[in-house]
Amino acid sequence: MIPISFEYERAGSLDHALSLLAEHGDEAKLLAGGHSLLPLMKYRLAAPALLVDVGRLTDLSYVREDGDHIAIGALTRHRDVETSEIVKADAGLLAAATSKVGDPQVRHRGTLGGALAHGDPASDLPATVIALGASLVVQGPGGAREVAADDFFTGFLETALGDDEMLTEVRIPRRPNSTWSFQKFNRRAQDWAIVGAAVMLDGETCGVGLVNMDSRPVRAVAVEAAVASGASAEDAAAQAAEGLEPSADLNASVDYRCHLARVLTRRGLEESGL
Amino acid sequence: MQVTININGESVTHDVEPRTLLVHYIRDHAGKTGTNVGCDSSSCGACTVHLDGEAVKSCTILAVQVDGQDVTTIEGLADGETLHPMQQAFHENHALQCGYCTPGMVMAAVSLLDECPNPTEDQVREGLEGNLCRCTGYHNIVRAVLDAAGSMQ
Repeated sequence: MIPISFEYERAGSLDHALSLLAEHGDEAKLLAGGHSLLPLMKYRLAAPALLVDVGRLTDLSYVREDGDHIAIGALTRHRDVETSEIVKADAGLLAAATSKVGDPQVRHRGTLGGALAHGDPASDLPATVIALGASLVVQGPGGAREVAADDFFTGFLETALGDDEMLTEVRIPRRPNSTWSFQKFNRRAQDWAIVGAAVMLDGETCGVGLVNMDSRPVRAVAVEAAVASGASAEDAAAQAAEGLEPSADLNASVDYRCHLARVLTRRGLEESGL
Repeated sequence: MQVTININGESVTHDVEPRTLLVHYIRDHAGKTGTNVGCDSSSCGACTVHLDGEAVKSCTILAVQVDGQDVTTIEGLADGETLHPMQQAFHENHALQCGYCTPGMVMAAVSLLDECPNPTEDQVREGLEGNLCRCTGYHNIVRAVLDAAGSMQ
């Protein structure tokens, strides 16, 4: 399988990438690790006229402590996130979830920013950054803006990114005392989650993000509220599917997905020590 | 576009379309056919090569993306007639049946030991999750990787 023909430009800098986006609008797509975009192009579900390769912008590959949060460059590869001592210490949930993405070869190429910008509700990391209360830094022709993870994912493979914008940094609140659990249910190694639950507890704060439980990655609002009001893990998790509309496919019916969301959320809360 | 990739220490330059996949560059342009195309959708790992020393799936990378970088394929592992310790371990442990997954499996296993030189059996199984053997010969493959880890210490 090969993609439909396209033009290719390698961006030499962030400004270069942004100017190419400004010039070509929705005809262009950014290419980072390519492990979400290239399969779509090979299946011919996506056919951008121009790929702007940002894979060599190494100054956007970093993990650093920045006051009360960890700043992670959008082009940081999964492998580097997964093995980062800073991430493991202050955002353990992100390290754990990242280690479940794809397989080692995929994690050598795929990037955190790429996985988030793809906006796939079945992907592990969008739900994880929601649970962690992350914010995403977006650069465009008018400068930078910061978007809360809750507001970033707007629909199936849709995000708040404009055609002329690029996600450049992910900011995760530092929570060295948090407990967490990443629950991923699939039938085969390396598959996408049929359903997943990213759970983080830190004192009074509870964050729960669900994978593949709606047309976009979602926060389990009812579960978080129940935990905040003192509910047990089982009682809180019973509300995991409330208000959500998962799809049915070969792997799971709607009812089964709702069941999995409740079970995985309960396990996640229990493993986090609730 | 003109692309130059250093494959097994040899600089290979060709003019290719941007949509040319790395695995096709390696097989069709550089003539190194040891790297197999399997699922062609980054699931099976048959096309695994090393890019700057790390295992990657060459069916999901464009040749233009790796212009100027170093690629090692299965042909680049042995030292003349002397097999790489991982190849030797696969040979001694009968870690193949039909052999189709073997080049990718060996490349993934070498990368695994680079990152985790003394793995447990579970770590080997987890570390090779991106490589499928449809003969289901996993027991001997895992045995070979553990054996190689011992001999490479």
